[in-house]
Amino acid sequence: MGAEPQVLQKYKVATRSSHRTSKLLTHHMDWVTILLYSLLVALGWMNIYAAVYSPDNIVNIMSFDINSGKQLVWIGASLILIIVLLVVDYKVYEHLAYPIYGGIILLLLVTLVIAKPIAGSRSWLELGGGIRLQPAELAKFATALAVSKYLSTVNLRQQKFKDQMVLAAITFLPPVIIILQNETGSALVFGAFILAFFREGMSPLILIIGGSAAAIFILTLLVPKLYLIIGIALLMGLAVWLDYRLMRRLKTMIAMFLLVVGMIFSVDYFVNNILQPHQQNRIKALINPEADPLGYGWNVTQSKIAIGSGGFWGKGFLEGTQTKFDFVPEQSTDFIFCTIGEEHGWIGSTVLIALFVFLLIRIVAIAERQRTVFGRTYGYCVASIIFFHFLVNVGMTIGLAPVVGIPLPFFSYGGSSLWSFTILLFILIALDANRAKDLTR
Amino acid sequence: MKYLENRKYVIQGIFLLVGMVYALRLFYIQVVDSSYKQAAETNAIKTIIQYPFRGLIYDREGKLLVQNTPVYDLMVVPKEVKQLDTLRLSSLLELPLDDVRERLKKARTFSYVQPSIFYQKLTTQDLAHIQDNLIDFPGFYINARTARGYPHQSLSHALGYIAEISPKQLEDTAYVGYRPGDYIGKSGIELEYEKFLMGKRGVKYKMVNVRGVEKGPFKEGAYDTLSVAGKNLVSTIDLDLQAYGEHLMNGAKGSIVAIEPATGEVLAYISAPFYDPNLFTGKDYGKNYMALLQDKDKTMFNRPIMADQNPPGSIFKLVQALIALEDGVITPKTQFACNKALVNCHPHPSPLDLYGAVQHSCNPWFFQAYRLLLNQGKSNNTFTDTSIGLRDWREQVLTFGFGQQLGIDIPGEKKGIIASPEMYDRVYGKNRWKYSTIYSLSIGQGELGVTPLQMANFMAIVANRGYYVTPHIIRSVGENGKPLQEYQERHYTSVDPKHYEPIVEGMAEVVRAGTARRANLAKVGIEVCGKTGTAQNPQGPDHAVFVAFAPKENPKIAIAVYVEHGKWGGQSAAPIAGLMIEKYLTDTVTIKEQEKWVLSREYLNIKSK
Repeated sequence: MGAEPQVLQKYKVATRSSHRTSKLLTHHMDWVTILLYSLLVALGWMNIYAAVYSPDNIVNIMSFDINSGKQLVWIGASLILIIVLLVVDYKVYEHLAYPIYGGIILLLLVTLVIAKPIAGSRSWLELGGGIRLQPAELAKFATALAVSKYLSTVNLRQQKFKDQMVLAAITFLPPVIIILQNETGSALVFGAFILAFFREGMSPLILIIGGSAAAIFILTLLVPKLYLIIGIALLMGLAVWLDYRLMRRLKTMIAMFLLVVGMIFSVDYFVNNILQPHQQNRIKALINPEADPLGYGWNVTQSKIAIGSGGFWGKGFLEGTQTKFDFVPEQSTDFIFCTIGEEHGWIGSTVLIALFVFLLIRIVAIAERQRTVFGRTYGYCVASIIFFHFLVNVGMTIGLAPVVGIPLPFFSYGGSSLWSFTILLFILIALDANRAKDLTR
Repeated sequence: MKYLENRKYVIQGIFLLVGMVYALRLFYIQVVDSSYKQAAETNAIKTIIQYPFRGLIYDREGKLLVQNTPVYDLMVVPKEVKQLDTLRLSSLLELPLDDVRERLKKARTFSYVQPSIFYQKLTTQDLAHIQDNLIDFPGFYINARTARGYPHQSLSHALGYIAEISPKQLEDTAYVGYRPGDYIGKSGIELEYEKFLMGKRGVKYKMVNVRGVEKGPFKEGAYDTLSVAGKNLVSTIDLDLQAYGEHLMNGAKGSIVAIEPATGEVLAYISAPFYDPNLFTGKDYGKNYMALLQDKDKTMFNRPIMADQNPPGSIFKLVQALIALEDGVITPKTQFACNKALVNCHPHPSPLDLYGAVQHSCNPWFFQAYRLLLNQGKSNNTFTDTSIGLRDWREQVLTFGFGQQLGIDIPGEKKGIIASPEMYDRVYGKNRWKYSTIYSLSIGQGELGVTPLQMANFMAIVANRGYYVTPHIIRSVGENGKPLQEYQERHYTSVDPKHYEPIVEGMAEVVRAGTARRANLAKVGIEVCGKTGTAQNPQGPDHAVFVAFAPKENPKIAIAVYVEHGKWGGQSAAPIAGLMIEKYLTDTVTIKEQEKWVLSREYLNIKSK
């Protein structure tokens, strides 16, 4: 990005204006995003309180005995984090992308070795004084930085095999370590980077094939195999009928068809032989939670009952009955959406979904207005990660996705998660606020 | 470049699409489908644990030893407690106010919505009083359970007791499946046979609406499981004999163990002082337990299997004679003079052969026989020779079950002590000790420790002329169950069966005309074979020992009686054994004068030698 003097001339006005106001960073910050962030955090906090609230034993929302009180501490700490993130020279994020990434990889490895298992996973670092840190959460923004940095130096579209392999390695090294830590849920999140790659020139075929594979996987679980195969055959027939030229590629078509059929038949093997028992149960719970409502189906059944009982308008703040008495597990963390569904009904749930969709679309817009490939790619990475969490977290509470223990961004109880999403988002806001200083794209 | 920028619409489109799909799905489950609202109405599922009946224990004739009696726990669900009048509750339960508050706090800490035990083991009387008032205490309810009951108050030490599982046990992987508040065998048969006795817990799921009103079984009881009662046990104990033995030992300290020689079945198992096992079932369990644990007579000490520090005394002369016969250093006709210069003795004819030596328990005779046994000239060095002799002797003694756990099905069995060359090497140094150092072993004193169970088992060996079956107190699991496999094998000693006959003859003389005439049952036609013993002890008067079996031919009972501070085996232990044998073999007692003598405890007043 060597800026020649002539080029500099061209951006003179912009440069000058940015220099003039550089002390007032706030003028350039995207307040819409910040407002959405604040709304989500505040609503999350109230719902964390609602989740632990009990009418017979009323505890103040600020009390540190309950999760909402503790969350307030995390929120306060997030504010400090935000100020630091905005005050630091924005160039740091690009310059230090690789060192940060390397440091986090090291931390993940250290965690894998020294962490004591908590609920079966070796992913928590004890910092002393009862404070624990989950490096897997930090890996998300670190990987986003590294991926963006790498993409700003190569051109994905030129399809150099070596570059693609390096990119894949950057993206998938952290999840491999995280899977070794037995935190499969967090590892899946890294698959979301595919959206950012798509924007930066990855062939749409990969997105389509990936999407279709996921769709076929879920459909195989839900629909009898024979119907599914007939359906796919009919679909292909239809394609040929619509575009007769496809007949010339008959061999390719048949090969694809056989591939899909093979995949359909290997799903059972995958589920029964490769997945661990608790993962199998989550798949089974998705297909038919009623088969064992007290066992593996419990979470999904109870979560749907809680949400479903909310009706159109909801039962009102703190009036929920299902989410109160411990019927829904992991209330204030992974299943926080149930509280919204029950107490605020369809209206409340839809508003929350709208807030998320709005935030995601806004982030994409911010990404697009960045002048550097680094900034833009980072913006897309942020959107991808938040989207994946939203997709899976809300999906599992309403029975559309298997139960994967990942939190709802900004909303769920927990310091590690709140901080990691705050860092993720506010690095983007810092980059965006300083975008005028960047000369080229 | 432009077309790549357009890809943002694809991505934003995906976001929008997912949002819409989710909103639609939510509309379906929240607005269209009403079944979730109904489900929420009856959502609360209450799990009711059904405790299984613990297995019963019968004696060998089918009389009930251990049964189940109902007890009641006062439960509390903190969430449902409304406007609690702690003062009234404290007076109702006769508990200090602080205690009531403490218990409530404990329940809250355990769970706000799950029931926990507030007060344990109310008796039926307490229950009537409390239940009437319970209506004013929402959140409290009574849960019926069964506790152990003992209709005969006998056999406390062997039966053991059950108590709530400890937090430590709950963490142990060996106790997977137990939950807080479960009862578990802590000692005795209850512990040893826990896995059979415990049974399987059942669960009932009931649907309760948000106000706590029951709405019937969940899914028509499809997930309910019935509790499975524990298996009953059939003991080898003869309750009548056991109770009679306890009657005889009441007020004394010591042990009685009686075994059926052919099968190894334990007929009576008495550890005195004993206690009423019912003490451990009520709400005062903790208090009673501590009191017994601390008393000076060591009531909780399971003497028959744990008292292994006392030397056996003269009864061990029989073991020495048997091994000496096997090694060929003596014959039944071997004579020795009663040379009191070797070791002290009491007046009797001299010299004696083996029969006479057993009958009169001649100390110098066994001194000389044991010297021949240990110093067989296998080495020219007398120190080494003794060491070799002692090692060979010890090896043979172990085949009698001494110096090791016999493997009875009561936990806590001790091994006892049998002198070894290593032991003396440690004390005196290698090659620094010889026969004159350790001769007291010859008469059953010194570095010997034998449990009463091992003594009784030894009698079973002599009665069987050379073998024993591991003594056991449970015959079968289930009333018609097969005898337990682990107690079928015969363990032979190192001594040839033919060498037992002269010993048996000598023992018959002991009772007929020797030191144990008080155990004589000739007038009811039973020939008893026995041997008295006296165990020196530093704490006071000697302990009295008597071992016997009867009848002489085809024996039915082998017995060891150990009376602490009973002075002479012949005076205190022998009559007790005689009474027990008669009781068992004829079901009556004719030697009433002996019974009177034993119960008078006059033997305690006889002047010591």
